[in-house]
Amino acid sequence: MRNYGVPFPGGSVGAMPLDALRSGEHGVVVQLAGGRRLLGRMTALGFTPGAEITVVQNFGRGPLIVRIRDTRVALGRGEARHILVRRQSE
Amino acid sequence: MSSCHPVQATVAEPTAEQDTLLVALAGQPNVGKSTLFNLLTGLSQHVGNWPGKTVERKEGTFTFRGTTYRLVDLPGTYSLTANSAEEVIAREFIIRERPDVVIALVDAATLERSLYLVAELISLPAPLVVALNMMDVAEQEGVRIEPEVLQAAMGVPVVPMVATRGEGVQALLETVDRLARGEIPYNPKPPRIRADHREVLEKIEALIADFVPAPYPREWVALKLLEGDREITQMMKERMGPKRWEPVHEVLRAHDDALVAVASGRYEWIGRMVRAAVTRPRTGQIGLTERLDRWATHPLWGLIILAGMLGLVFWLTYAIGTPLQDLLDTYVVAVLADAARTALAGGPPWLAGLIADGVIGGAGSMLTFLPILVIFFAVMGALEDIGYLARAAYVMDGFMHMMGLHGKSFLPLFLGFGCNVPAVLGTRVIESRRARLLTLLLAPLVPCTARMAVIAFLASAFFGPAATLVSWGLVLLSLAVLALSGAILNRVLFHGQRAAFIMELPLYHLPNWRTIGLTVWQRSLAFVRKAGTLILAVSVVVWALSTFPGGDIEKSLLAQVGRWLEPVGRWMGLDWRLMVALLTSFIAKENSIATLGVLFGAGANGGLADILVSAFSPATALAFLVVQMLFIPCVATVGAIRQETGSWRWTLFDVGFLLVISLLGGALTYHLASLFW
Repeated sequence: MRNYGVPFPGGSVGAMPLDALRSGEHGVVVQLAGGRRLLGRMTALGFTPGAEITVVQNFGRGPLIVRIRDTRVALGRGEARHILVRRQSE
Repeated sequence: MSSCHPVQATVAEPTAEQDTLLVALAGQPNVGKSTLFNLLTGLSQHVGNWPGKTVERKEGTFTFRGTTYRLVDLPGTYSLTANSAEEVIAREFIIRERPDVVIALVDAATLERSLYLVAELISLPAPLVVALNMMDVAEQEGVRIEPEVLQAAMGVPVVPMVATRGEGVQALLETVDRLARGEIPYNPKPPRIRADHREVLEKIEALIADFVPAPYPREWVALKLLEGDREITQMMKERMGPKRWEPVHEVLRAHDDALVAVASGRYEWIGRMVRAAVTRPRTGQIGLTERLDRWATHPLWGLIILAGMLGLVFWLTYAIGTPLQDLLDTYVVAVLADAARTALAGGPPWLAGLIADGVIGGAGSMLTFLPILVIFFAVMGALEDIGYLARAAYVMDGFMHMMGLHGKSFLPLFLGFGCNVPAVLGTRVIESRRARLLTLLLAPLVPCTARMAVIAFLASAFFGPAATLVSWGLVLLSLAVLALSGAILNRVLFHGQRAAFIMELPLYHLPNWRTIGLTVWQRSLAFVRKAGTLILAVSVVVWALSTFPGGDIEKSLLAQVGRWLEPVGRWMGLDWRLMVALLTSFIAKENSIATLGVLFGAGANGGLADILVSAFSPATALAFLVVQMLFIPCVATVGAIRQETGSWRWTLFDVGFLLVISLLGGALTYHLASLFW
């Protein structure tokens, strides 16, 4: 599988990688990690700190589908681990 | 003034130039850019490549109120930071060519995300018009937007429209016309960087102030440096020299997180625009896209739907394409060849052969490809336009991983089962250049129908009742080799890196047949034009080799080459006749059988199948089938690879790679099989 190393060593209080959210759960992006190229693609598709995000589909393996800034985005699990979110309860 | 330039004053050329205005069309993917482009330019457009790039360049003209407009379709990109060739092309065009107006097409239904490109474009030195497309879809989703408010907030003209129905086009053209003539005041209010990075930006601006080359705006260059833009960094580094670059580098290194801050600044700006202009936000209702995606992206149902779609594609190909292909072959190619033979009967026999077999045969093989190509292009175009292609890519992503590819490579490769040519041309749907190159290098390893026909014939000749088993085994072998080659090539050529899998799943919508039709027309034309020359040339050369001297293939140059290659063939248990059959399969895979027929004098001495069985051992037969299966692709595919990579080096690399693999595979098979028989 894809391996970019550990994106968030130690983690951040109350925050979790995006792939930890289950289908239907909401969150807010806290932090992004990765090389310039990956960051460039993520930010252009709407991933920036503070952006609200909803996980549309997460089957626990394989790529995820999320909704962010009115857009449905598919991303690999490895990529999702580079996005740190805080869960929002609704 | 006229005394200074007496010549220019009398020449009419400047006025002619004034009457042609240059307009660039920019927009993110999936916002309806090609629909608008086709609507405005129709058949006036011509398609080529951007200089030195393999990115498609579309340009066309239209007339509005007596003025001729040259419309250039910029590549669809999400941003303008140098992540890909497309992004660099789009921004370089605006900065260097200075279009009179840039139209930024925006999807009203995904306003927030699609304004991101506008946030970048608005800082560039060309007047901008924002075309707010898909107002109908936004309305359906429950979103209401006030264009006038958006216009006031951005300081840029905004025109609402529904390109698929042609609504708002007139108003758009009017705005473009007036903006180009300076009749509309243009006071853009571009975004600013996030507050915590303003100071750094100013510092960099001050450091680079005297070194920014002419057409580039200084603040923009500073911003791109902060974003870590590769091209701009390189440019400034060269212009400033290591000594003056050092302090800039220091500042940049201390703020390597600035990329996110710059992007955040743009989204803050967008947020202000959206809050002002959107009077009714999206209602929570579940849209059509969401409902369809519950099935289309489901791990199980998604696969079943994909299988159904692919079944449909092949059914269409066989139901329409193959009969058409046969008709063209019988009633056009064969008739023309006969006519040429009759007409040239009085002349030297080689001339009739050259025209009938070499030229018409070569051009004919290309012509008979067309129905299949047109069908594949149409189906691919429709699936892409509807929005399904992204779902297919999503569903297949896990599987494609194993080859260092991602989901988007699946469909082009799958098309290869029909014909390798559309597979190679179909790789255009892959954005990442690296993934695209890898996919098209691998495409020839997908067994196409022509290859399967040869395999089916030879397998049943050699192995009788076991033929089905052998054929299936060969297909599996071919796919296993493909997967293995993918993993190896990815490791060796690209150091195991893989483009990140992150992509938009666009909203589903009805296909626009006009757009699809124009795409099919242009792609087919491009294939005939570019690949056609190569196919024709190679056909004539192989025809000449198999004819001269003497007109008898057994004594021809080709046969000599085959005999000369016999030592290589011996590793695989192949004699010179089998080697010649392989060589002629370069024109078209089916040629193998025809060549064997000629070399063994089939017909006079009984059927080819019987002769082959008595002539070769099962080990040789199996080795031949393996080589045939993995051998270099036909010349049409090679032409397509050359066309799409734009590079002879990659084309020859692929041919060499496949040659080595097929010969190794053949040798291995022969020696293994010899142990049992």
